[in-house]
Amino acid sequence: MRPFLLALLAKEPAHGYELKQALEQIFGSAYPSPNIGQIYVTLGRLEKDGLVRAVDVEQSNRPNKKVYYLTAAGRDALDAWADEPAEGPRVRDEFFMKLVLAPMTGIADRMTLINRQRRHYIALMRDLNELSERTDPGDRVALLLIEGAMLHLQADLDWLDRCQEDLS
Amino acid sequence: MSADPVVSTVNLVKIYQSGGVPVPAVRGVDLRVESGEFVAIMGPSGSGKSTLVHMLGGLDARTSGEIWLDGRRADTLGESAWALLRRQKIGFVFQFFNLIANMTVADNVELPALLAGASPREARERRERLLGALGLTGRADAAPAQLAGGEQQRVALARALANKPSLLLADEPTGNLDSRNTRDVLKLLADVHRDGQTIILVTHDARVASLADRVVSLLDGQIVDDGVVGTFRRRPKGTAGDVVELRG
Ligand SMILES: Nc1ncnc2c1ncn2[C@@H]1O[C@H](COP(=O)(O)OP(=O)(O)O)[C@@H](O)[C@H]1O
Ligand SMILES: [Mg+2]
Repeated sequence: MRPFLLALLAKEPAHGYELKQALEQIFGSAYPSPNIGQIYVTLGRLEKDGLVRAVDVEQSNRPNKKVYYLTAAGRDALDAWADEPAEGPRVRDEFFMKLVLAPMTGIADRMTLINRQRRHYIALMRDLNELSERTDPGDRVALLLIEGAMLHLQADLDWLDRCQEDLS
Repeated sequence: MSADPVVSTVNLVKIYQSGGVPVPAVRGVDLRVESGEFVAIMGPSGSGKSTLVHMLGGLDARTSGEIWLDGRRADTLGESAWALLRRQKIGFVFQFFNLIANMTVADNVELPALLAGASPREARERRERLLGALGLTGRADAAPAQLAGGEQQRVALARALANKPSLLLADEPTGNLDSRNTRDVLKLLADVHRDGQTIILVTHDARVASLADRVVSLLDGQIVDDGVVGTFRRRPKGTAGDVVELRG
């Protein structure tokens, strides 16, 4: 969540609750909305690292509220994050380990593992299909995230085919 | 009578001859598809998927084994008997469309219904409904060559459904479609399936396969898996936010 908060503060200073609202508005249902406690914990860490600074603003009839600003170091950290390519998906998942180790365990043959995994992926895809039908067509961010998950799943399935051709 | 499966094959085999060398494409397939079932056929390229559905539609002669359609032996039929059977009972979507070039989109779709004995009015109404469902109403008067690949593929699907076939056979019907056009095809397939359409469909697209009741996996011309598509329930009212956990 750190880069999200830095990015929002680069736009304008804000207090914790405003940040929570902005995140919900930007991502819609694409990300589970963070609770306010998480946001304050993250802001505290960012402050300790010198990336943001808090200023107390007086309010009539209420306790002071803390408004957070981005520091120059925070700006640099945000730029560095934005400039860097993101880590790609990893194939070294648990299924691949099972597939490689199957002949040693003597528990399951590879064909059975691959078939079971394919059924699982297709069931996941069905779930994503239903999710996409339930999602408000105006929620572009959420729909793109679902489409991304579908494309990843398709790649996993295509790769299963390759495993089946070569290993069985 | 209704207890007969729509399709049933017994030890179905196809061996092509390629330059004097036998190429076994389908090696002993036993497949049974009940009325109203939607079966997706998956498998790597060259595993025999197209050969299998072509044989089920009488477009490719089997080498040995049996094909039964609606309880009647079909593999022993001659070409003209197969043509009649297709006209009355089978809709076929080819991987590469095969639309009639010098007829409009509308006529391409109406023709099979007319050949199957529908009145001109029925054929037109059905054509309008199918083209509408696939977002092609505005293209009715176009010639196939004027359409993009994805549009031709959707016309081919509309045509295959025009004679209300008891069996829809489709070979990679979304192979040329972008994701929006795929969505239209998925919706139409789901709709006709809900209305009881029996479907056997070759696909590598998991979105299409996930609509099926059953997925049959081929490898080297043999069935290596045949299973009901399950549901994976994370939570009843999940949102897109759950997707990030999906692959965790
Ligand atoms: N007309 C043909 N002549 C010779 N070999 C063929 C012919 N059609 C297909 N094959 C061979 O049969 C096998 C199965 O092909 P096909 O059914 O097209 O597989 P798929 O649709 O799963 O990719 C492949 O090895 C392919 O090269
Ligand atoms: Mg093929």
